[in-house]
Amino acid sequence: MYKILKACNLASNIFLMDVEAERVAKACEPGQFVIVKIDEKGERIPLTICDYDREKGTVTIVVQTVGASTTRMQNLKAGDSFRDFVGPLGKPSELVNEDIDELKKKKILFVGGGLGTAPVYPQVKWLHKRGIDADVIVGAKTRDLVILEDEMKEVAGNLYITTDDGSYQRKGMVTEVIKDLTSAGNKYDLCVAIGPMIMMKFVCILTKELGIPTVVSMNPIMVDGTGMCGACRLIVGDEVKFACVDGPEFDGHLVDFDQAMKRQNLYKTEEGRAMLKEQEGEHNGCHEKSTC
Amino acid sequence: MDVMKKVPVREQDPKVRAHNFDEVCLGYNKEEAMEEASRCLNCKNAQCVTACPVSIDIPGFISKVKEGDFEEAGYVIGKSSALPAICGRVCPQETQCEGKCIRGIKGEAVSIGKLERFVADYGRERGIKPKKSEVSNGRKVAVIGSGPSGLTCAGDLAKMGYDVTIFEALHEPGGVLVYGIPEFRLPKDDVVKKEIENVQSLGVKIETNVVIGKSVTIDELMDKEGYEAVYIGSGAGLPMFMGIPGETASGVYSANEYLTRSNLMKAFRDDYDTPINPGNKVVVVGGGNVAMDAARTALRLGAGDVHIVYRRSEEELPARAEEVHHAKEEGIIFDLLTNPTEILTDENGWVCGMKCIRMELGEPDESGRRSPVVIPGSEFTIDVDTVIMSLGTSPNPLISSTTEGLETNRRKCIVASEEDGKTSKPGVFAGGDAVTGAATVILAMGAGKAAAKGIDEYLRNK
Ligand SMILES: Cc1cc2nc3c(=O)[nH]c(=O)nc-3n(C[C@H](O)[C@H](O)[C@H](O)COP(=O)(O)OP(=O)(O)OC[C@H]3O[C@@H](n4cnc5c(N)ncnc54)[C@H](O)[C@@H]3O)c2cc1C
Ligand SMILES: Cc1cc2nc3c(=O)[nH]c(=O)nc-3n(C[C@H](O)[C@H](O)[C@H](O)COP(=O)(O)OP(=O)(O)OC[C@H]3O[C@@H](n4cnc5c(N)ncnc54)[C@H](O)[C@@H]3O)c2cc1C
Ligand code: SF4
Ligand code: SF4
Ligand code: FES
Repeated sequence: MYKILKACNLASNIFLMDVEAERVAKACEPGQFVIVKIDEKGERIPLTICDYDREKGTVTIVVQTVGASTTRMQNLKAGDSFRDFVGPLGKPSELVNEDIDELKKKKILFVGGGLGTAPVYPQVKWLHKRGIDADVIVGAKTRDLVILEDEMKEVAGNLYITTDDGSYQRKGMVTEVIKDLTSAGNKYDLCVAIGPMIMMKFVCILTKELGIPTVVSMNPIMVDGTGMCGACRLIVGDEVKFACVDGPEFDGHLVDFDQAMKRQNLYKTEEGRAMLKEQEGEHNGCHEKSTC
Repeated sequence: MDVMKKVPVREQDPKVRAHNFDEVCLGYNKEEAMEEASRCLNCKNAQCVTACPVSIDIPGFISKVKEGDFEEAGYVIGKSSALPAICGRVCPQETQCEGKCIRGIKGEAVSIGKLERFVADYGRERGIKPKKSEVSNGRKVAVIGSGPSGLTCAGDLAKMGYDVTIFEALHEPGGVLVYGIPEFRLPKDDVVKKEIENVQSLGVKIETNVVIGKSVTIDELMDKEGYEAVYIGSGAGLPMFMGIPGETASGVYSANEYLTRSNLMKAFRDDYDTPINPGNKVVVVGGGNVAMDAARTALRLGAGDVHIVYRRSEEELPARAEEVHHAKEEGIIFDLLTNPTEILTDENGWVCGMKCIRMELGEPDESGRRSPVVIPGSEFTIDVDTVIMSLGTSPNPLISSTTEGLETNRRKCIVASEEDGKTSKPGVFAGGDAVTGAATVILAMGAGKAAAKGIDEYLRNK
């Protein structure tokens, strides 16, 4: 059993948890994920590692409720436990293995869309700890869905926040911020974009035009997360890749997003489909304070 | 009674069983078992034993069955095998023990597998546990993977007094026994779980949710966690695909995914969360045991019709004859000498058809197998909404790519000695599907057994 030490809401449908999982906390690096199973009958839910504390042996996850399992998860409180919590899975971000001096010479732009802000955070933090301050764009539908703002402020170089409806800071999509930054003369050697598939797709179209190499983090449907089932296969370049072992991060300019988006609908429940639509499209604005 | 013939075993009616997940084969009762046992000639130089990869004393246990001493028969088997209820069900006996039975020369071989199953079920149903080692030597050995190979190696080492921990990547121990082989051939709660508990009762610890190479490496286990030797029994779990257009469409699965959803995640039960789309018109591509299991699972999940598409002819089907027979009885349709060339999709990315081409058998190649060749101009399209690819599996590179000094071959299999499981890395042993590529339960167990001996020898001399 893996004990939940902290559980709180970042927004009405986004929650954060610190979970006791010593082996994972010891071994994980930014970019990797875990698979969580609530109880015997629950399914295996893949979630990105958003932070970790090697000393305390804890891992932080940030989850958006989109369907049955994530809703069930949100009902858990501090003191409850997950039956299973396995990881770290997937490859760490390439950044982690790069030469630090080389990295220091690079100008890096992170783009976090909605919930994608959470997996962007450990990478920005990792760089900050090594004296590298990256620019970060955080995009959300509306004011209440801007998450981890204070945490991000502490580790980012410049932080640009934008909301689709203009209810907080700048109005508009993340791609517009990228355009503004580059037209203002900012040069980037690398872009890391994590968020809804549709956002990653459009960021990639833009950065390709701008000639900025771009890494994205893919979240196809998974079962085992160890390369055994092939459910997570994606087309990258001309090859079929298993996101759980070859990824989850890939060269965004090579990913076939249209194929990936079609496959993601495979098991969507009606409620899940509705949520996905909302996530990708309109938001109907609910107002709830963060409890974190 | 005709001594030339096996005592027939009772089975569920094909029409009924095609719609449930209960076991197909019902097994012998006491009387049937004793009658079948009486056919064994108790050979002095029993060839059946030499053909069993774990060398069960077959005449020994059968003579106890003959006497009606089923408990003692269980202990005889227990000396050689930790998983008899499993082997009795899924061993390809016709090519192992029964293939060498003297009775088989003139008539039908003794039903060794069914007898083994009966004895194991008898003991299990009465809660009889295997005998545990009295002395512990306190030396730690790690076993990677809780499939038949890892379980056997761990069980044998525990009996010798070692402190054994199995590390398993999934949330449930058992390997292919829990995620691959379906419930209707191998019941999970009643059989697999119980035999794993027997191994645990020998003192073996199982730590689930640990992916070696990710959560912790072999070198860390040995250098930091005090394990003096490691056995790799990680199987061959990586599914292959054909590489044809449309293969990433929605509605195309690997057999592993389809079976894992149904078996491990229990998607066939309403009270479990993981979903499965059984499909309406299902095609399974491939002709092995795994293909038969996938097809029969689809049928039970409620698929309309289920076809097996295989590029060679019936004679070359790699699946066991019994499985093919069961599949046909249940209504699976076989499209032989047929090969898919493309999967067609609708505007939402779902499978809506499959292009195939007819094949014929050419001249035999070096291996003596007649290889299929395309009949030009014979393309046609099958109406289908679900495709299950069952083209075989290979070892997962997770471990070999994170362990320095561990030699692998061209097929990504770990190189290890057949005799004692030794690999190129000192203190590291391997066996089962991870070494041989996809094979059988009993060969994986045999390798686990040999490696347990090898590890014991290595540690004694260390
Ligand atoms: C590598 C990876 C990292 C992820 N990281 C995060 C994260 O940090 N935070 C977060 O909130 N979510 C993350 N996700 C997505 C998350 O796993 C899904 O939202 C969740 O599985 C949905 O389950 P559900 O039962 O609540 O939804 P439902 O819509 O009811 O799900 C039905 C089925 O679809 C599958 N499914 C639906 N959507 C997805 C999806 N996007 N990805 C994978 N499977 C899906 C589920 O497994 C389930 O079988 C990640 C996914 C992957 C693959
Ligand atoms: C559908 C199907 C039907 C079959 N039917 C039959 C049959 O009827 N008769 C027969 O004899 N054989 C059958 N086989 C083959 C047989 O199941 C295998 O040969 C046998 O299970 C191999 O045993 P193993 O212990 O080597 O590996 P596996 O059973 O594959 O077990 C390996 C275990 O290691 C774990 N693992 C892998 N990597 C790691 C890691 N990095 N860290 C931790 N754990 C890890 C896996 O999760 C798995 O649990 C069938 C196979 C399948 C797929
Ligand atoms: S373990 Fe398999 S090969 Fe050995 S006696 Fe039993 S059925 Fe035959
Ligand atoms: S070969 Fe056949 S008859 Fe002889 S001991 Fe073995 S099972 Fe009995
Ligand atoms: S999730 Fe099963 S292979 Fe990637």
